[in-house]
Amino acid sequence: MTTLPDSTQKKLGLVIDLDICVGCHACAVNCKEWNTGGYGSALSDQDAYGAEATGTWLNRIHTYEVTPDHGPAQIIHFPKSCLHCEDAPCVTVCPTGASYKRAEDGIVLVNEDACMGCGLCAWACPYGARELDAKAGVMKKCTLCVDRIYNENLPEEDRVPACVRACPAGARHFGDLGDPDSEVNQIVADRGGFGLMVEQGTKPVNRYLPPRPRDAHESSPVDLVELAEPEAKGFLGWLDRALEKVG
Amino acid sequence: MAADGTEPKVETSPKVSDEVRCTTCYMCACRCGINVHLREDADGKMKVRYIEGNRRHPVNKGVLCAKGSAGIMQHYSPARLRKPLKRVGERGAGEFQEIEWDEALQIATGWLEAVRQDDPKKLAFFTGRDQSQSFTSWWAQQYGTPNYAAHGGFCSVNMAAGGIYTLGGAFWEFGSPDWDRTKLFMVFGVAEDHDSNPIKAGIGKLKTAGGRVIGVNPVRTGYNAVADEWVGITPGTDGLFILAMVHELLRSGHVDIEYLSRWTNAGYLVERSPGERFGLFTRDKDDKPLVWDLNTGEAVPFDTPGTKPALKGEFPSVEGGRCVPVFELMARKYLEPEYAPEAVAEKCGISAATIKRLAAEIADIAFNQAFEIPCEWTDFRGEKHLSFKGRPVSFHAMRGISAHSNGFQTCRALHILQLLLGAVETPGSFRFKPPYPKPVEAHPAPHANSVPGSPLNGPHLGFPRSPDDLAIEDDGTAKRIDKAFTWENPLSSHGMMHMVISNAYAGDPYPIDVLFMYMANMSWNSSMNTKGVIEMLTAKRDDGEYVIPKIIYSDAYSSEMVAYSDLILPDTTYLERHDCISLLDRPIGEIDAACDAIRWPVVEPDRDVRGFQSALLDLGARLSLPGFVNDDGSAKYADYADYMVNHQRRPGVGPLAGWRGNGGGEGRGEPNPDQLQRYIENGGFWECHIPDKARFMKPFNMEYQDWAVERGFFDKPFPYVFQLYAEPLRKFQMAAEGYGDKLPPEHLRDRLQMAMDPLPVWWEPFEGMQVDNSEFPYHAITQRPAAMYHAWGSQNAWLRQIHGENPLYVPGPIMEAHGLEDGGWARVSSHHGSIVVPIRRMEAVNCKTMWSWNAIGKREGAWALGDGAPETTRGFLLNHLIHELLPPKGDGLRWSNSDPVTGQAAWYDLRVKIEPAEEHEASEPRVSAQKSPVGQGPEDLAYGEEWK
Amino acid sequence: MHPAPSLIFFTVLSGLGLGLIISLGFGFGPQDQGFALVACFLALAITGGGGSLSVLHLANPKNAWRAFSQWRSSWLSREACLMVATMGLFALYAAIWVFSGYRLWGLGLLAATLALSTVYATAMIYAQIKAVPTWSFTPTPALFLTLSIVGGIITCRLLQGIFGDTGEAWHVLPAIAVAAGVSIWWTTQAAGAGRTATGSSIASATGLGRQGQVRLFEGPHTGRNYLLDEMAYRIGRKRAFELRRIGAYVGFLIPLALAVIALFTSSWLLLAVLVCHIAGVMALRWLFFAEAEHVQALYYGQE
Repeated sequence: MTTLPDSTQKKLGLVIDLDICVGCHACAVNCKEWNTGGYGSALSDQDAYGAEATGTWLNRIHTYEVTPDHGPAQIIHFPKSCLHCEDAPCVTVCPTGASYKRAEDGIVLVNEDACMGCGLCAWACPYGARELDAKAGVMKKCTLCVDRIYNENLPEEDRVPACVRACPAGARHFGDLGDPDSEVNQIVADRGGFGLMVEQGTKPVNRYLPPRPRDAHESSPVDLVELAEPEAKGFLGWLDRALEKVG
Repeated sequence: MAADGTEPKVETSPKVSDEVRCTTCYMCACRCGINVHLREDADGKMKVRYIEGNRRHPVNKGVLCAKGSAGIMQHYSPARLRKPLKRVGERGAGEFQEIEWDEALQIATGWLEAVRQDDPKKLAFFTGRDQSQSFTSWWAQQYGTPNYAAHGGFCSVNMAAGGIYTLGGAFWEFGSPDWDRTKLFMVFGVAEDHDSNPIKAGIGKLKTAGGRVIGVNPVRTGYNAVADEWVGITPGTDGLFILAMVHELLRSGHVDIEYLSRWTNAGYLVERSPGERFGLFTRDKDDKPLVWDLNTGEAVPFDTPGTKPALKGEFPSVEGGRCVPVFELMARKYLEPEYAPEAVAEKCGISAATIKRLAAEIADIAFNQAFEIPCEWTDFRGEKHLSFKGRPVSFHAMRGISAHSNGFQTCRALHILQLLLGAVETPGSFRFKPPYPKPVEAHPAPHANSVPGSPLNGPHLGFPRSPDDLAIEDDGTAKRIDKAFTWENPLSSHGMMHMVISNAYAGDPYPIDVLFMYMANMSWNSSMNTKGVIEMLTAKRDDGEYVIPKIIYSDAYSSEMVAYSDLILPDTTYLERHDCISLLDRPIGEIDAACDAIRWPVVEPDRDVRGFQSALLDLGARLSLPGFVNDDGSAKYADYADYMVNHQRRPGVGPLAGWRGNGGGEGRGEPNPDQLQRYIENGGFWECHIPDKARFMKPFNMEYQDWAVERGFFDKPFPYVFQLYAEPLRKFQMAAEGYGDKLPPEHLRDRLQMAMDPLPVWWEPFEGMQVDNSEFPYHAITQRPAAMYHAWGSQNAWLRQIHGENPLYVPGPIMEAHGLEDGGWARVSSHHGSIVVPIRRMEAVNCKTMWSWNAIGKREGAWALGDGAPETTRGFLLNHLIHELLPPKGDGLRWSNSDPVTGQAAWYDLRVKIEPAEEHEASEPRVSAQKSPVGQGPEDLAYGEEWK
Repeated sequence: MHPAPSLIFFTVLSGLGLGLIISLGFGFGPQDQGFALVACFLALAITGGGGSLSVLHLANPKNAWRAFSQWRSSWLSREACLMVATMGLFALYAAIWVFSGYRLWGLGLLAATLALSTVYATAMIYAQIKAVPTWSFTPTPALFLTLSIVGGIITCRLLQGIFGDTGEAWHVLPAIAVAAGVSIWWTTQAAGAGRTATGSSIASATGLGRQGQVRLFEGPHTGRNYLLDEMAYRIGRKRAFELRRIGAYVGFLIPLALAVIALFTSSWLLLAVLVCHIAGVMALRWLFFAEAEHVQALYYGQE
């Protein structure tokens, strides 16, 4: 039944570092690549080489322009996939029992064998994290690579979601956000990680690390000129003394 | 949960693949290691299930970018060519007949044999994104044509030449910031397509460790988006900005005097007495440059142990004149007020305060956060050192500063900045990857003497030391079709592919008979003036024959260039081929290791295609080129794999360095028949770590030099110092002053005098100087989207969803000034042409610069795309606005739109105007559709369904 | 939100059928067995026919039967269960009425209550979605219930007339007026319930509000996608205004006028009232979807 578990033993999720995400789309494409041959049906593409190409993706990278009160505008890349909410509205609306949240690790999954493709869960999700596959007719979403993270056919170091494994910048972390001592929680605490649209009451598990302050000039080091004895006595005079020191 | 309240059982350990094969990616120049997971489908055929980065691989250490991750779609692309093709329609129409390989090779042999016996220079053989240049150049050399190069002249030769002449190595992927130790990283311009995964990883690592990234780029995308500080510089002014920082560092004495005096030519004595030696180094009788030793008070060779070179003062030269150390010349030059931040601020679009602050910040980190790594090592003077001194600041630049007409000197200026800080080859700074660094002297000079039926007199490309090395006839005309190594662009070390078609069309310096190209989309995004090039490719003489009579082209895919060719040799995909990423070519190594790698057919082709290199070997054998046939005339190499193992460039040194001889040879040894198997077992690559003592200060460190000789990078130690002052340039300048036997034509002398300055200078980009800036007030440039590489990505069903079209991004102030509408259309014009394109507003961009993503626009019918594909309607190329020549300036001459030192195409110099346009059905200009020899791609895909 | 025709027809028609069940269950209409046969058949046919249209909305209808399993948590499942229960119970009520002439009022009331619950469940499918304030911040259940009941009343009175009941049909007038009133109420509420009504914004959606003014620079892909098609549907202001006017005229004003005329002429005119009203409700239902704003479009730069 599509009620949510009272609590989950773990809260597996992703921590995404907006400070170093260069917007290369590696996570999104690698996700598509792994999952089209992985859990459930393929992630299909329609009109793949034509005028209206579209397809099913479980992770998409938006790019925002942020204009601060002072300083130049910034570009921030923003990967977005299922946040595996604790109060996942997509689960409770499901009429067939296909959507569920695992009590074991908190992963929100779709049992495609039970999905009738009504799309209501995608409506219920505030984040746009679920996409109905046009060919298979079932709802697709991030599985946190449930078929990787426990997969005994993969070396232990590879038992992480494909997006985390692929990310060239190291901007994606995976772990148990329910465990206060976990590495991911440490990072979130250190960097002031936040959840998205918390006012929707979904209690998202995934966290985003904010970009570090940009173009902030207050911390400028000492002025060169103050150090510049040569200014007063001439550069070449300074050079003599510098050379003496070299010995 | 299921209806009974239990969760469904999820298979958490499904089978991933039947086999994992490790090879090398080819989606860009990065050359990452990949694990290709293969799984049998229902029909028992092995298909690619998944491609991931190889964790053990030195380049990517497991990560993989979007392009690499979309490799499945590249490999199974419907745009793949299937069989050799012979043109049957008009050029450009795309009408072909499929033929057998034997017929194709016979046709090619017939054409090539005739040319070789008659006049080999009538073959122009140019390769594009070729990763086998040491092989293709050798083929061209054995054939005997002087006309060979890859596309570096279009791409980033300024960086290569600027690097080699200054440091003995370039940015590109020839070196790298010391990511583990650097604390400040400054990146200039578009640099997203070489060494891209290592740079992404490095930036991530650096920033996570609390380091700072400063991005200098008119556009704040890519690396600049994550930069802690963005410097939105005006295009083409980077050199001025850098020299202003140099001014600040010199003025305040924040330069590493010890480093400069030991490891650069700062102490070299430069002749200052007027005459034919003015500006050259004064040398002893062994031709060694001299320095003035302050300890002994006499001029001694620079490598004399225990010297303390004078960096200022005037001393007697060997020839009886007066000479001054390089450093004093340099300091005096850059301390001039013209380089003061206040003087350059407006031109650069950066405030003087910002320039000063950045210089101060760099100096602070370089000197106040310096560190030492204790380690005993010996330099080439025989002096022992107890540690390596660290300088945690690093820089990187690529085409962003390269593709300007002042790019070479800008690149040199950046290297000078690095050297002043002592930030090359020191811990924490920019360090080279073996087999680099190598000084100019370790590289060949260019060769261009062709004799019918014989090999060329030496390698085509190289680094001229003086006018004697130019590829010109006695009357000054060019020996090469692209006019590389001429007075117009003396140091064009990568050739000038972008000039080949227009020169061949004009018959200047001479007509050619066969144009032979590989992986170069010259009729589209790899040419400036795309429409003009199309006209040249299709132009006919009075007798009805094409002006460029025969075109042979090899590509794996149905690109735009295919349609303009007469004979197509279909190449394989990157998963179906043998390749070697060789130390004889561009390195893939690390700063702490020498590496090379292979590609091998991890899946077999299902089409009648052959790896281009194997086809080229076959052609070489059919032409009986020396080195390609045995004494009995039979082919020496069965295919490229055979060549990779058995070819020896020098005794014991071949394309692959690993497992030579009996399997233990590193770099040197007899060919080992098991070599490829050993590579395959090791994940497709070979890695040889540099011993601790040899890791830093490579050019001066005898431990490194000996290690490099043992591994065959050199045959004897080749220590050298970095060249603040580039003496070879001075020799060209002197020719312009009338000294020597080879003199430039009168009209080029002033320009050579300016451009060949042995100390970096900056000049206004040529296009900006020649067009009316009030008519064309803006700059237009391209950036590289990280998820799309050149043209080859558009056929990729996944990547084209991400970048299927490219609007022109226009700064808010320009939008407002011209009444442009976000999401509307605009006409953008240059002195050469105009385009009508969709536009979008942007703020995070230099306020005088508009830009778009590179090479998204496609010709209808190419790449197996369907009708109305957005690439053809809402995609466009800026190339239509750029001409290979500058506008006339009234002197009766048409000057080349390129760097006067290297001939690098100056496509970032573009100046434009913009005005609103009506909404258009498709961007303009439109090129009529080509017929697809491979049909159109399928409607829907559900890749992976075969395993469900 | 994407205005899927299957959902518009389904909600309007099943609402109408259930409305008729409500009327009949509450004992409206003559005792006449002929009337019973036609009215009950129509009620079941419209409800069932409308209901089965919902299957067209399913991408994978072979699993539709599973929709009966999650009544404890899912409004859509509840709707399915309640609709089947309503139809079953009402069929029993109808059979007894048609064959024996007895109208078991208790059974009728139960069927009517179930029908009301079904309409409520349908409404709650939308009203529960917090991510679409246009539905969740507005009296959506009242709207659905009113339109269903009023549709039932008009239909019932029409059939009544056809079966010779020449009595006055005055109660149709206030019914239509109430439907119009509730529609106006809902619309005024909806006008203030855009996607930012719950306090969400592009700033909270991205968490980047603390950095400065946020705007979408580039979407994740240059082409369209399911999310944009489904959740970021955009309708022109002018078009919406036109449709709303058509909805008001065709759905309420013209039916009201016709109903007045019908009072003095033939109750057959009520057929025109019904057809007009349903057409108008369809237009408004189209707007109910098309104008509904989903918070996830904030990620695509829609404010």
